[in-house]
Amino acid sequence: MTLQKNKRYAVVDETHCVACGSCMKVCPKGAITIPCGITAEIDTLKCVGCGLCAKVCPASVIHIEMPKRGEENGNE
Amino acid sequence: MGMNKKKNWYDYLWLASLLYLILGFFNILFAWLGLLCFLIPLGISAVKGNKTYCNHYCGRGQLLDLLGNKLKLSRKKDIPAFIRSRGFRYGFLIFFLIMFGNMLFTTYLVFSEAGSLKQAVQLLWTFKLPWHFAYHGTIAADWVAQFAFGFYSVMLTSTVLGIITMVLYKPRSWCVYCPMGTMTQQICKLKDKSS
Repeated sequence: MTLQKNKRYAVVDETHCVACGSCMKVCPKGAITIPCGITAEIDTLKCVGCGLCAKVCPASVIHIEMPKRGEENGNE
Repeated sequence: MGMNKKKNWYDYLWLASLLYLILGFFNILFAWLGLLCFLIPLGISAVKGNKTYCNHYCGRGQLLDLLGNKLKLSRKKDIPAFIRSRGFRYGFLIFFLIMFGNMLFTTYLVFSEAGSLKQAVQLLWTFKLPWHFAYHGTIAADWVAQFAFGFYSVMLTSTVLGIITMVLYKPRSWCVYCPMGTMTQQICKLKDKSS
């Protein structure tokens, strides 16, 4: 997404997410949903990259994507 | 839980999970109530196609969260990668279902009078714990009590596993390999594909 310039945000490994909802409960921005009970989805516009979800995820399949310094786009 | 979020009635379902474990020490027939923890999640995923049960209603998940986060009993380390692998999760589900079938067969033997009622709870599918103190005679048929002992064994065993992995890894580690969670997620996937 082009709006993601230099911003931290959470990324879910969707193939390993168990859809338990632990992340959804701790998200202070309400940025996480589990549509259709398959995997957690992060609204990268709402996400502030605080990392609470990554900390609580029992499968440890959420990580925080960091913006790269000196680059225009934070996405790899 | 978020610090400024309003609590809902279902945020207290951990009390029901705790009460369930306690009641099993007083009257084993209460174990039948555990069927709700099987039928409700399966029903929700089959009808609604979501994991609202795991996400909001699971009392066990809440209880493990409480023990691990509030009471700080968890080391909060990453779970070994193999536990979250497909092979382990589905393997554990199959093992769990086989042992569940075995429990149903034991119940059938008592029902058909080919076997006698055993007033014991089997922990971790291995250790037989004497549990006669929670059985007060035949207000129900023997097979009803046999199912209760078997079902409570399933619930106690999974609680013990959940507590061990809560301590070792993240509070809700049980959710990673919970057979109900694996089943409901699979039902949701199938439902999503077919729609």
